[in-house]
Amino acid sequence: MQSFLTRLTSGKRLRKWRAFAPLAVLVVLCIIITIANPNFIEPRNLIRVANSAAVPLTLAMGMTFIILLGSIDLSVEGAMSVAAMVVVLLAANDSNAHNYGWLAVLAAIAASTMIGLLSGVLQTVLRIPSFMTTLGVWFIGLGLSVYMLGGSAVRLMDESIRGLALTRFLSLPLAVWVALAAFTLAIIIQYYTRFGRHVLALGGGEDIAEFSGVNPRRVRIYAFGLAGFFFGVAGVLAAAQLGQSNATIADGRLFAAVTAVVVGGTALTGGEGGVLNTLVGVLIVTILANGMILLGISPYIQQTVQGLMIIAAVALSLDRLNLKIVK
Amino acid sequence: MLAAKGISKSFIAGTYALNNVDIEIRPNEVVGLIGENGAGKSTLMRVLSGTHRPDSGTLTLDGQPLRLRNSSAAAANGIGMVFQEQSLLLNLTVAENIYLGQEQQFTRFGIVNWRAMHEASRRQLAKIGVDIDVTARTSELTFAARQMVELAKALTLEESVDRPLVILLDEPTSVLSASDIDVLFARVRSLKSRASFVFVSHRLDEVLRISDRVYTMKDGKVVAEHEAAKVTGPELHEIMVGRGLHTEYYKEAQQIAPQSEVMVEAKDLGISGFFHNVDFSIRAGEVVGIAGVVGSGREELTRAVGGFLPHTQGTLKIAGETVRLTSPGQAVRKSVGYIPRERRVEGLVMFLSIAENITLADLSHVMRRGAIDYGKERRVATDWIKRLRIKAPGPDTACRKLSGGNQQKVVLARWMTAGSRILILDHPTRGLDVGAKEEVYEFIRQLSGQGIAILLLSDTLEETIGLSHTVLVMRDGEITARFDAAAGKKPDQVELVAAMV
Repeated sequence: MQSFLTRLTSGKRLRKWRAFAPLAVLVVLCIIITIANPNFIEPRNLIRVANSAAVPLTLAMGMTFIILLGSIDLSVEGAMSVAAMVVVLLAANDSNAHNYGWLAVLAAIAASTMIGLLSGVLQTVLRIPSFMTTLGVWFIGLGLSVYMLGGSAVRLMDESIRGLALTRFLSLPLAVWVALAAFTLAIIIQYYTRFGRHVLALGGGEDIAEFSGVNPRRVRIYAFGLAGFFFGVAGVLAAAQLGQSNATIADGRLFAAVTAVVVGGTALTGGEGGVLNTLVGVLIVTILANGMILLGISPYIQQTVQGLMIIAAVALSLDRLNLKIVK
Repeated sequence: MLAAKGISKSFIAGTYALNNVDIEIRPNEVVGLIGENGAGKSTLMRVLSGTHRPDSGTLTLDGQPLRLRNSSAAAANGIGMVFQEQSLLLNLTVAENIYLGQEQQFTRFGIVNWRAMHEASRRQLAKIGVDIDVTARTSELTFAARQMVELAKALTLEESVDRPLVILLDEPTSVLSASDIDVLFARVRSLKSRASFVFVSHRLDEVLRISDRVYTMKDGKVVAEHEAAKVTGPELHEIMVGRGLHTEYYKEAQQIAPQSEVMVEAKDLGISGFFHNVDFSIRAGEVVGIAGVVGSGREELTRAVGGFLPHTQGTLKIAGETVRLTSPGQAVRKSVGYIPRERRVEGLVMFLSIAENITLADLSHVMRRGAIDYGKERRVATDWIKRLRIKAPGPDTACRKLSGGNQQKVVLARWMTAGSRILILDHPTRGLDVGAKEEVYEFIRQLSGQGIAILLLSDTLEETIGLSHTVLVMRDGEITARFDAAAGKKPDQVELVAAMV
């Protein structure tokens, strides 16, 4: 615990301020919404917030590692829809006779992990930038899953998988606990493993890291595989929550994941920030959305606000004025 | 202990970066390696550290042949390198940097024991006697402290390699202050009982102070080997620079006296922290060369005239007008052209064509009614290709396909097209072969004949003296000497060196 707390708190005052700025924003946001509509702090609403944060949190865990590398993974929606498709088609459903139960969940996560590994291999072997690789993989995944679903929605009939969304433990849906487990796993990987450190090192300077004996290709492939794993878990959660899989199950998830990571304070240039930042980012994004619904703001305005937020977050997160070239 | 025999390495066919080099590093000694830029020092270090593989020749360690496939292989044999550009990751902590790539020794069941790593890092830093917080972010350390961390990082090899180390220090002092250098040298001396060092620098006095033996390199070869105690700085310099002045080489016969019009005039010019009280003038057609070691302030001075670093003290007049240049764009509008040393990074947009690069600074010559006249742009470029004998198929050739010399000509053509009357040449011949250098010299003579005022920084004193009408020598941010260098009355290098150090 000590080491990553010092990482957050060490440093000059401005950096310290920056590290806690997202947290301050989160607190202020909660206060404002509570004043405007006290229903916000009702336990029932907070559980709703937690429930709607589950999928974005799991996705953003994967995205955090990629952005720490200084790369981007646009294949979120492709990988997620593949996972949702696999779990629905292999577990009990209304389209075919399969009924593999929890093996379907494992297969779904494995499929999504493979997609991530594929993105990583394409980048390192063919030297294609992550932006283009994952843009392609996004559409490959999406096309594949819509095709397999036959262009329509397939219902998930396996009661135990549906239970992820419907069963509650300590009054929170299981999906929330799964997301928290994903968060804990991400914390351990980022702050307590070699791999986590090497991701930061690559984001800080790939050539220097390589000179020090880090294998950048391997780290990159693993990172995209890990991201695929988290996207797969999120896909399963989404299918359980929706009770089906369809062509639009992953719509808008890429934007939500990137926004959460960036709003949390992880730098797009790589090497700065991390999983803890992302937790705060996810909460900001989810609570803002929840708050705007409570206040009865038009969904289109909500979307506009989210767009403004991501630009503001990037503007505030870095010493951008010192950047010479912006592309 | 570590020996290299007959090492050759060539990057461009026909020219050798290293040509049949023999050197030997004995136990517990500091070996100095000196030479001008391009003499092959850095290439040799990269061969020793496994990042470059030699084309021919052998390395031996304790008499056994040694093949280094990469830097990890060198590390496994106890050879560590402290790089010229600092090679620490600024977003990681000190401890994380020291053990980057070696975390496995602190890992159990996949989890890294940070406390153990912090402890080990503290021990490493204690070995070299410095007190640095191992949990601090590296970006918050001073340059000197980072250098110590790099040294500590190199010394971690002691733990994994069961033999005396060889530590390669590639120009470690270039960013350090005098007192920091003293600290570094004290550490190196105290570590000599456990390791051998190779110390590369272009500052002769430092090399002589720290080294036991000194190798001098020139044009890719080792040309001399001395006991450091038995040789003086000027003697080494003579060997390092080598040939006497070739008046022919620098087209001295074409050097004509400058005109009377003063193009650049500086009075009490200064930038706090870099240089101060600098007075000089450049007349039309005059080449003014500035000599000085790294840190003398000459780089910053030229950058001030080029608009990259605005001056903070004194006055600067360009063509009689008092100016303070706060951007390169302003300098361009005052007809100052800057030819940077890093052609690839600062000088040319590599994927654009010759024509597009030539008109980059000023498109107005090839504009017609608000649009680019491509025909005219090509004609301008074709004209320059002929005049400067740029070896290229045509004006549409991408600049990245040109050789270094031809790229440099494109940069020169750009500023001529933009109508620059003052040119700053920042190491104009760096990385060029002899033939290409001569062509650049000839062109500089032509420009000066046309009344262009030129401020020159050069890699070698020889070139500075050969090309300039006036040589200014800078040391510690001040001009310490001025030499008239009219054709046939060139000053001696030894006089310049005396004023430099």
